[in-house]
Amino acid sequence: MTDTPILPKEEIQKARHPMAEATEMFMKNHAAVAAAVVLMLIVLAAIFGPYIYPTDPFDMVWAPFSPPGEAGFLLGTDYLGRDLLAALIHGARVSIVIGLAAAFMSVFIGVTVGALAGFYRGYVEEILMRITEFFQVLPTLLFSMVIVALFGASLPMITFAIGIVSWTAVARITRSEFLRIRELEYVTASRASGASNGKLMFRIILPNALPPIIVQSALMVGSAILFEAGLSFLGLTDPNVVSWGQVIGSNRQYILDASYTVTIPGMAIFITVLAISLVGDGLNDALNPKLRQR
Amino acid sequence: MEPLLKVENLRIELATRDGIAPVIDDLTFSLGQGESISFVGESGCGKSMTALGLMGLLPEKVGRIASGKIIFNGEDLTTASEKRMREIRGNEISMIFQEPMTSLNPVYTIGEQIAEVLRAHQGLGRKAAWNSAIELLDAVRIPNAQRRVSDYPFQMSGGQRQRVMIAMALACEPKILIADEPTTALDVTVQAQIFDLLRDLRSQTSAAIILITHDMGAVAEMAERMIVMYAGRNAEQGPVEQIIDHPRHPYTRGLISCVPHIMAELTPERHELTEVAGIVPSLREFGKNQCLFASRCTDATQQCLDARPPEMEFEHGQRSACWHAKDV
Amino acid sequence: MTEPRNDDVLLDVENLTVRFAVKRGSTFGHKSYLYAVDDISFAIKRGETLAIVGESGSGKTTAALAVARLVEAYQGKVNLDGEDFLQLEDADLRKARAKVQFIFQDPYSSLNPRVRAEKIVREPLESLQTVPAPERQAIVDKLFTAVGLHPEQQRLFPHQFSGGQRQRIGIARALATQPELIICDEPVSALDVAVQAQILNLLRKLQTEFGLTYLFISHDLGVVQHMCDSIAVMYMGKIVEHADRLSLFNNPLHPYTSALLSAVPSVDKKRREATKRILIPGDPPDPLALPKGCRFANRCPAAQPQCEDSQPPLTEVAPGHKVACHLVDEKAVSPL
Repeated sequence: MTDTPILPKEEIQKARHPMAEATEMFMKNHAAVAAAVVLMLIVLAAIFGPYIYPTDPFDMVWAPFSPPGEAGFLLGTDYLGRDLLAALIHGARVSIVIGLAAAFMSVFIGVTVGALAGFYRGYVEEILMRITEFFQVLPTLLFSMVIVALFGASLPMITFAIGIVSWTAVARITRSEFLRIRELEYVTASRASGASNGKLMFRIILPNALPPIIVQSALMVGSAILFEAGLSFLGLTDPNVVSWGQVIGSNRQYILDASYTVTIPGMAIFITVLAISLVGDGLNDALNPKLRQR
Repeated sequence: MEPLLKVENLRIELATRDGIAPVIDDLTFSLGQGESISFVGESGCGKSMTALGLMGLLPEKVGRIASGKIIFNGEDLTTASEKRMREIRGNEISMIFQEPMTSLNPVYTIGEQIAEVLRAHQGLGRKAAWNSAIELLDAVRIPNAQRRVSDYPFQMSGGQRQRVMIAMALACEPKILIADEPTTALDVTVQAQIFDLLRDLRSQTSAAIILITHDMGAVAEMAERMIVMYAGRNAEQGPVEQIIDHPRHPYTRGLISCVPHIMAELTPERHELTEVAGIVPSLREFGKNQCLFASRCTDATQQCLDARPPEMEFEHGQRSACWHAKDV
Repeated sequence: MTEPRNDDVLLDVENLTVRFAVKRGSTFGHKSYLYAVDDISFAIKRGETLAIVGESGSGKTTAALAVARLVEAYQGKVNLDGEDFLQLEDADLRKARAKVQFIFQDPYSSLNPRVRAEKIVREPLESLQTVPAPERQAIVDKLFTAVGLHPEQQRLFPHQFSGGQRQRIGIARALATQPELIICDEPVSALDVAVQAQILNLLRKLQTEFGLTYLFISHDLGVVQHMCDSIAVMYMGKIVEHADRLSLFNNPLHPYTSALLSAVPSVDKKRREATKRILIPGDPPDPLALPKGCRFANRCPAAQPQCEDSQPPLTEVAPGHKVACHLVDEKAVSPL
């Protein structure tokens, strides 16, 4: 009984993981690839920049308000005569670390809450979703300001403040994906062969729920960077650590006299967040199987 | 007499990732007034594409009619303007779909939706359209039409929704009703009711019916002639009784014998079902100059792989596109 | 490998009831219960096939899921080899699960898209630990050949298979733990007609080869007639008729069964001319407000006043032929 045609060799070799296909799809999206390259450069600058360009961003190195390009300072100096390029390079670290850490934290909380709610349903879901709603209706900026004001403006506390107010979106996405996938027959099939709840949740449902969660977390990094900038702009930040938002915040009075002191770090934030969004978009297209078909 | 609809050498091409594929390849048939014809075949054989082609609803930028003619009432629809097609759709040719659950708009009552069709196509006033909607619901045997007319789609069962779809399709007394797998999503007792309804409406309105299905039993009950489609091509066509009793194409024979039919008297022994091995070829294979069924055919010879078989005529207007049609 | 067909019963389901809580109104509104499966009993002999047929909403799939313990039964027993499957826990449950496997309707949603075919088939072996790890690959290889797939195809992902091939993978997965009972929930209704024949033939071949017992859920009477030794017809959560294949098709007694049979379109001209279509107008009753009497009474062409008063019990009117209808007595004559 050979009723299935023998597959040609190439077909067998095409047995690639769905992730490999997604990567190929991503590579076809030129804007996303370009954004990924830009993002990579920013990250590299954040990691290695301080070694290559060791000027302390808090040192007064030259006369205040020296415009970009003059006296050897590529991006000029601010109102205290501090090197803006140094601020940009050193600040990248903080912005990106806070962005990543806060996003990681909100994904961790969000996925856990969403997975439990979507998998167990019933009272677990009711309680967890009420908690989620509570965090959703909090005025986020105000709430994080209160946290920072109460517990001090250290980096971990800022990260915590951002993370605690932004996990709700991830929780909702995870829950709705779990609600959908847990009803699919392959999950039932695993139950029929005796898989434990833990295995069902994390080894079977979660991998299939990942695509929208990955996209959301990418965007989350961008919004966390923005959030950090907002807090620093308001002065709610560690004054001993330089970050992009803080540079804007401290120079905001001079926006009319020396606009570049605000525009340059602003552009840095803008480019980074835009790049992250474009990468997120690219991931969305690549991971969405409906688009992959044609 | 000129038939109502005459399709000549129709070729519909679809743009795919691997290039242009002829999803309908050289299809010729005609349909008389009040006649019932059925398209049969597996999914991916071009049954639904034929329907969309007739309606001028091919997916934009992807599908197009490459050559051939669709002559409806003496007018060639392949060259008709979009404006003219819009007049014809719903007015003279209408269609019902497989999914009664998604083909009605959930935010309007069924009365509003039927009345809308009547007002758009026939220019009826608000009141007149509403009254006609009630009459139509009555005609498709929805009990208590007077009251049900202001129900929303979610308040109706699948079978009732399909009746509403039929009512909408019949609103403008079309000359042709295309039913694309109208009962696939429905229970068998509901299917029987819908078939009865379609049969009665056909004799009352003398509309021609094109039924698209994969169920030979449904064909036998509903149609006078059938067209068996395979890989975008006409495999066999002719009178239903004739083809069921003496199929002249191995694919038709396979389609009939691979299904366990309920016979008049059931016997204890059960034979192994005849298998049609493999599956329908992918779009990439369409359009090759050979018999596309050859890879699944038990009687295939070198001739089948060398050239596409021409259609051969037999008695009673049976036509089969198989090199060995005489021996089948 | 063929097991002798003997008369011992493998699966004996007694008074199985499944109900779902339905909230009406607000969160605090009172709960009502929908009895999807209402007190049904049936048995399957080893090596045979029992079909449960019915239309949508009849409860046939819920009954199947409850037998496999994939939805919780409210009442009743599912005796498998003399043990009540519903009472087992932990290790005993795992052992019993290996004996009951499931084949699903939709070959597209029943396979995890992120996992290779070989791992899908191996999963039950890993979860249930019926065989030591080193032997598992050999079993998977054998199963691939048994269901008509090529061993090289093991490395592929589900989306690289056709619908029929995917269903073969699902069958291989069900066979992995050497089960005795396989529950087939509409195994071919999502497939093209030509592919249906391939899968049906495969299922019958595997049944003799491995001595399998099937509980076959379907709405397609043609398929059921071909596959099954006996048939239970369900309507609104109840079994209305239960008989062997020949009695049920040649002498249907319950008006609903007759209506169901008469509705199936046929290519057989003789049958078309012989059958008078029995129309059952209207809709089934609201499952949350069931009538006191026979649930089919409001659509039944033969209904009498007594049908509205009490529910007819499922009684044996001829050897092996059970009907739940007030109008059928020992003479076993259809009321129509």
